[in-house]
Amino acid sequence: MSTNPFPLAKEDLLKAYRTMRTIREFEERVHVEFAKGDIPGFVHLYAGEEACATGIIMHLSDIDRIASTHRGHGHCIAKGVDVGAMMAEIYGKATGSCRGKGGSMHIADLAKGMMGANGILGAGAPLICGAALAAKRRGDRGVGITFFGDGASNQGTVLESMNLAAIWNLPAIFVVENNGYAESTSIDYAVAVDSYVDRAAGFGMPGVTVDGTDFFAVYEAAGEMIRRARAGGGPALLECRMIRFFGHFEGDAQTYKAKGENEHNRATRDCLKLFAARVSEAGVLSQAEMESIDREVLGLIEEAVVTAKSAPLPAAKDLLTDVYVSY
Amino acid sequence: MARNISFKQAISEALDLEMRRDPNVIILGEDIVGGAGSPGERDAWGGVLGVTKGLYAKYGDRLLDTPLSESAYIGAAIGAACCGLRPVAELMFLDFMGVCFDQIFNQAAKFKYMFGGKAQTPIVIRAMVGAGFRAAAQHSQMLTPIFTHIPGLKVVCPSNGYDAKGLLIQSIRDNDPVMFCEHKALYGFQNDVPQESYTIPLGEANVVRDGEHVTIVTYGLTVHRSLQAAEALARDGIEAEVIDLRSLSPIDWDTVIDSVERTGRLVVVDEANPRCSIATDVAAYVAANAFSALKAAPRLVTAPHTPVPFSPTLEDLYIPSGEKIAAAASQTLKPALAA
Repeated sequence: MSTNPFPLAKEDLLKAYRTMRTIREFEERVHVEFAKGDIPGFVHLYAGEEACATGIIMHLSDIDRIASTHRGHGHCIAKGVDVGAMMAEIYGKATGSCRGKGGSMHIADLAKGMMGANGILGAGAPLICGAALAAKRRGDRGVGITFFGDGASNQGTVLESMNLAAIWNLPAIFVVENNGYAESTSIDYAVAVDSYVDRAAGFGMPGVTVDGTDFFAVYEAAGEMIRRARAGGGPALLECRMIRFFGHFEGDAQTYKAKGENEHNRATRDCLKLFAARVSEAGVLSQAEMESIDREVLGLIEEAVVTAKSAPLPAAKDLLTDVYVSY
Repeated sequence: MARNISFKQAISEALDLEMRRDPNVIILGEDIVGGAGSPGERDAWGGVLGVTKGLYAKYGDRLLDTPLSESAYIGAAIGAACCGLRPVAELMFLDFMGVCFDQIFNQAAKFKYMFGGKAQTPIVIRAMVGAGFRAAAQHSQMLTPIFTHIPGLKVVCPSNGYDAKGLLIQSIRDNDPVMFCEHKALYGFQNDVPQESYTIPLGEANVVRDGEHVTIVTYGLTVHRSLQAAEALARDGIEAEVIDLRSLSPIDWDTVIDSVERTGRLVVVDEANPRCSIATDVAAYVAANAFSALKAAPRLVTAPHTPVPFSPTLEDLYIPSGEKIAAAASQTLKPALAA
């Protein structure tokens, strides 16, 4: 048995692999099922970006809050939201995480500290300032983490929230998931600075850019920021440069991408393959161990889909419930 | 024991009592303490009109002055409400909703429903509404209908200090997001307000004057103008019943319908612009649910379909006056013209 060169124990490496594999399998399966026409509405898939959600959320517990985006399945799975309830939600079933009232873009589980995927870009940043304020008042060392894309990084809500978090010294982390595309528009066109570290500096907080396809780079950078925030050191910004395997939404023909871009990325910049290569080359996790997880995850997602498809639809009376606590 | 105090003082007392009762109540907003980081005195303002003045000395860092970033701090208040606090956020002028509306109507208002009933967002957003301050188009609007339109929000607009205190305490204890609209022309209005804590349920109108000939339904500043109109009408032998809705969402339809079924005539007075307003909402509801009781077409007295003007001459014409309300009530009592 070789020495473990990684900053995570073997069981945590297995957990990280399982989480990333679960996200990948979930998204690849939703891609297939969506194409069959069984899933209502529209979905935005996180495949290719797994190392970011996993590397950051590995540091969190249920008292820590995250605010997600329209591309939220990965954050939900990493935060521990039940995969079966998520799949049922995406199918609009009564057994879904939100009883079929939210759909893919609004999956939430507040008990798990998951404050919701969000259909409004940049809207999570103010909310997470509030979560961080509440944690600070309670003194429980909880942190709030908001995820947003390179597109939403231009929203006023994000910039205002960075300023607010800085002046109130909140335990808040701003994570830019930079996949290079705001829907179809390139970051080269839409973002005026070359580096988000410069934006962080503009609000008096540290900023770090990492290769978001490298789980270990994300894990280490996030860990340092989260420890600092828990200790009262205030907010920080983490930019993860990553790859979106699919389009902005399912059905996007992706004609704005370069020819062969997706194939090239899948072959050379797949965060899951890169992780598997690192841990197996170091002799810490074996191919057999990872294949065993692959099989378990395949079964889990298969069961989630089969169960979701046969689950009951919401009843007509559900249209009118849950608008208010009391009215 | 009741004392004769101002609307402003009544609101301040409600905040004080709830902060004392519940350590999860925090207040945040622009200049709600005032002077943060400045070389002069702390608690310099207590809000632009001094409503929160003095609370900082009692509750310290539970009052948070914010930068001029309505989206960030209203959103932060909403996020904190999802995490166990009971924030009272002051938006200063409701007109500023334009810069933070997403957080109110797409976030706070939707969480409970969109997340399948599992979230609750106990936040109160206090803001000044209404014209009469010569504050022009961007600081004078009665935007209550916009919020009333949104499922998931509650909307309160008191007409006096007694109601304001009881309704604000109830709003802070309420587990849904509440827009608490304070008419800026009422801050100096005085009435008898008990010293102790008490609540007034949301969704209960107050019949502020009994009458048998015509029902006047209104809220906020125009309650007082409707009462002036009722006095004038009484001199002509017309007894108007005046209903102060107090809360617009939920709304007390039973009290409105019960009154119209007795009087057969309806005037709705709303300082908001006329289209898709509280006035049209009430008139439509009565027409649909008590049509057979109506002896005349309902009359609506509202602001015109214009922005709020600056010049005092024009602004005075903009707000529904007692004379216009009385004239509308008289019209409902005229025999219908033969077709």
